[in-house]
Amino acid sequence: MRPRLDRPGLLFAIVGLAGLALPLVQFKPNRIVPGEGLTLPAALPWGWPLLLTLAAVLVAGCLRWPSVLRLGAAAAGLLTVLLALGAAATHLTPPDDTLARVAPAAGFWLMALAFALMLADALARMNPALWLRWLILAGAVASMGVLLASGALDGVSVMREYAARQDIFLREARAHLTLAFGSLTLALLVGLPLGVALYQARRLRGPVLSVLNILQTIPSLALFGVMIPIFGWIAANVPGAAQAGVAGIGLFPALVALFLYSLLPVVSNTLTGLTGVNPATREAAIGLGLTQPQLLVQVLIPLALPVLLAAVRIVLVQNIGLAVIAGLIGGGGFGTFVFQGLNQTAMDLVLLGALPTIALALIAGIALDLLVRSSRRTA
Amino acid sequence: MIDIQNLTRIYDGRAAVDDVSLTVEAGQIAALVGTSGSGKTTLLRMINRLVEPSSGRVLIDGQDTRQVAPHLLRRRIGYAIQGHGLFPHRTVGQNIATVPRLLGWDQAAIRDRVDELLTLFQMEPDQFRDRMPHELSGGQQQRVGVARALAAKPDLLLMDEPFGALDPVIRAKAQADLRDIQRRLGTTLILVTHDMEEAVTLGDRIAVMDKGRLAQYAPPTEILTAPATPFVRDLIGLDQRPFHLLSLTPAHVLAREGQAEGPALPRDATLRDALAECLWSGRDALPVEGGGVITLAALRAQAAPQARAAE
Repeated sequence: MRPRLDRPGLLFAIVGLAGLALPLVQFKPNRIVPGEGLTLPAALPWGWPLLLTLAAVLVAGCLRWPSVLRLGAAAAGLLTVLLALGAAATHLTPPDDTLARVAPAAGFWLMALAFALMLADALARMNPALWLRWLILAGAVASMGVLLASGALDGVSVMREYAARQDIFLREARAHLTLAFGSLTLALLVGLPLGVALYQARRLRGPVLSVLNILQTIPSLALFGVMIPIFGWIAANVPGAAQAGVAGIGLFPALVALFLYSLLPVVSNTLTGLTGVNPATREAAIGLGLTQPQLLVQVLIPLALPVLLAAVRIVLVQNIGLAVIAGLIGGGGFGTFVFQGLNQTAMDLVLLGALPTIALALIAGIALDLLVRSSRRTA
Repeated sequence: MIDIQNLTRIYDGRAAVDDVSLTVEAGQIAALVGTSGSGKTTLLRMINRLVEPSSGRVLIDGQDTRQVAPHLLRRRIGYAIQGHGLFPHRTVGQNIATVPRLLGWDQAAIRDRVDELLTLFQMEPDQFRDRMPHELSGGQQQRVGVARALAAKPDLLLMDEPFGALDPVIRAKAQADLRDIQRRLGTTLILVTHDMEEAVTLGDRIAVMDKGRLAQYAPPTEILTAPATPFVRDLIGLDQRPFHLLSLTPAHVLAREGQAEGPALPRDATLRDALAECLWSGRDALPVEGGGVITLAALRAQAAPQARAAE
């Protein structure tokens, strides 16, 4: 049998080979100045054999292989690229030089992308069972944790920035999660009843959804611009408001903004889910003698659950990303690092804010996708 | 006994149901027939207060339905609709258990009742109890829908086009089964249909609805032989009249002494079946199981004089 060409594999190979040709890392005398790009062979003593091995795996990926094999190769490739980055950083940084920085460069990002795509593609082709997907997600998170804790990456610029801010990092991580999950909780507390109310009162649907739609289109910076004076005034003039946490800047307006952005997806999905229930089912339920609350709790909400969970997914992923903007108005979260980094032109610090945000959004997105899937199966 | 008194429902100034009065005796089947928009479904839905009457009242065994909270009233009345309306997220057993659970029966009683009903509807409990509705055929879903309506042993069962979604073969079987079960349980049944044949097959009395008004309420024979208005006659269909009439009587009723060739007709076949068999096999007389024969002449006599007298 003649081996056949695998088109996605070809794409991954092109991306990965381009990555091998480009600089793996950037060596900078200090964290602010632009540095010098070093390719894999230049950055590591055993760079050439490693480069050839990675190139061979990428080229071999152009042919059809069993998905398990591709999965293994992709995971190994991703791990190798990460470890190569860590090793290059340790190798290149002169001992006792606390100023020099070794940052990941275009070559690293492209190779990581190529292997990550290969991994996702192999997983999609294997179409694993639900429990296996959960296991794979947990495994991926755990291995990333082990890798970070092992110290193998400690020489990399982003981790150097982390080391300098360990205590703040934890605090900002907590703030970020508070913003994302807090706004989601608020949106569910308000949005679910509102969606149910709109389902009952058909006439209110148009006006309420229009208002939520308009809210959704206001740029976040403009929203802060409006909220800062309003909440500032309230905090200053309404007795007890400041004690209750109302403030022009900080966590409060950020939470309110994220909450407002979350309302539309929650309300409209609640409505879609409820109206999507078969009218005959609803009619039978009432005809059998279920009361309105029983109808809602026992029939409508369980049947609308997949659509409701889809709303939770949209809102959570959206808010994990949007919460970065809170850094602008002192609301905390990973945005703090992003905006500090931008001010200092320290890209490594920007990455310290951006990478965990992306990781969180990815994990939340995948986990909720799996939840939606399992709810569809039972519904 | 169901006593419907001067029931009226007005929508946007137009009467969907206009001053309808009728009585259904306990244990009887009343079929509400009419074209779409005739108000038959609205009339049915006013009985369990899914639609509130604009005026008039409904008495069930002498009690005014307005004296009971609607959801409590509905738990006492079975309700089955076209497309069954089963809860897709619950098993067959849970679906059937809906009303007993609402009424707070204990677990053991509910389990026994579910198994009893599944058996009654010829579905092996161990095999069907834990299935999901989407795993059933259309006929099985329909049976579960009726079983669910009967779960709390209601004295009254309301059905809105219950067989509308079934194909003709399954429908005939489902109708026969329903009739059996209704006779056995003694349930009073009010059934909405647009199909006169279904009304004739099932109904002890037929109520013909026309533009919200009750055009005629009478036993099938009377509806067929003495239609009260041109609308009723049109609804029966002139070409179908003799066949409907023959389908009301079982074959053995008309069997007389005599000899006939060929295979025998089952005892509970209708005269309509007998006529079809005569025409198809080219015979003038058929033996009937359990003795006697039916002649083509007797069939003609049965179908014709009453009909003609009514003209």
